[in-house]
Amino acid sequence: MAELDTSGGGHKKGPGVKKGKKLSTRVDLTPMVDLGFLLITFFMYTTTLAKPKTMEINMPYKDPNMKVEDQSKVKESTALTLLLSKGHMVYAYEGIGSDPTKPPELKPANISKSTKALREIILAKKEAVQNLVRSGALGPTDRITVLIKPDTTSTFKDLVDVFDEMTIDDVKVYAKVDITPQDREFIKLTEAGNPQAQ
Amino acid sequence: MPKVKMARKSTTVDMTAMCDVAFLLLTFFMLATKFKKNEPIMVKTPSSISQITVPDTSIMLITVDNKDRVFFSIDRKFVSTYNNNEARLALIDGIDQYKGLGLTNNEKVEFQNGASVGQPFSRLKQYLSSSVEQQKVMDAAPDAGIPVDTSADVPTNELAQWIRVARNSNPYLRICIKGDVNTKYPAIDKIISTLGSMKIFRFNFITDLEQVPPGTPAYQLAQEEKKK
Repeated sequence: MAELDTSGGGHKKGPGVKKGKKLSTRVDLTPMVDLGFLLITFFMYTTTLAKPKTMEINMPYKDPNMKVEDQSKVKESTALTLLLSKGHMVYAYEGIGSDPTKPPELKPANISKSTKALREIILAKKEAVQNLVRSGALGPTDRITVLIKPDTTSTFKDLVDVFDEMTIDDVKVYAKVDITPQDREFIKLTEAGNPQAQ
Repeated sequence: MPKVKMARKSTTVDMTAMCDVAFLLLTFFMLATKFKKNEPIMVKTPSSISQITVPDTSIMLITVDNKDRVFFSIDRKFVSTYNNNEARLALIDGIDQYKGLGLTNNEKVEFQNGASVGQPFSRLKQYLSSSVEQQKVMDAAPDAGIPVDTSADVPTNELAQWIRVARNSNPYLRICIKGDVNTKYPAIDKIISTLGSMKIFRFNFITDLEQVPPGTPAYQLAQEEKKK
């Protein structure tokens, strides 16, 4: 170890001159460790290691000048419409509800805690479409198409949950569409016949 | 028999090793921490199974809180061939020229260093020249938030103007919408329609991570991925 020569000059210490007591070079590191851990604790609390995730959304191309014949059509037999309503309720019906004289049967599913009920409806429809493809009633490229129609009373969470459900159920074709007054009428009819669903 | 004498051992432990570890960890956490300016609003995002992380650069963030107020922000860093790293300054310069707000240099720097802004253009100058406390009060006001509607051309849709100027200063901006769990759908729809009328149909929702429920098609796909 490097030592400082403090003897000065060249003369040797004579007898009787006391040698300076060698001080230990050890330092008590306990306070330093304390400080270290205190800072660690601080930085651990302030760090957010989990970065937020993002969900990619592709909306259908929309142009007010688009001609009617250029718009993509949805086949009635492959379509499943989801109406997002108040109180985290989703009403699902098969088809696109184009015939107002025959109101479709709305299946309610509450998605406030889990989307399981909705998942069953979607998977059942998926299976039905696949069966139709196998039997030849639909072309081989046809697959389930989900139309998501959020009402003004639904929340952002409902929308994200339903979009997420599309990924979970591996539904390739889905779109967010504006709700029609007709659809609101369907919801009203269902709620009137089934008051506990509200 | 002679008594066995227990040697008295010192209770002091060598702290050097512990100290080393402590400072190693400290260095790690110091480097891993990113200090950000406090966001003016707290938002609890919904969760999804999506695993894509939000990139660090070139982000346009549109935040909507549970009172349906809209806040706007872009990040400072971005990868571009021009305009060395000061996207936010370019943005506020653009807004200042476009709306004729007459902002001073100090107010521009305040914007550059700040976080999301949620004030209409009419109050922007006042907001940027206020103290931190006053800004907090202004952020908490129920009439805070950038005015937005469903069209892109009407002058009342200030969000559309923000987006337009931001995209001028950095055309590679990715658009992220961060909504609260309790945000009403119409507020989100206004933003989506605004983007749609500007021919933007691809954007992102910011979400928390949640587990893929077992037994679902997505779960099976993930399992097959793992086997490969």
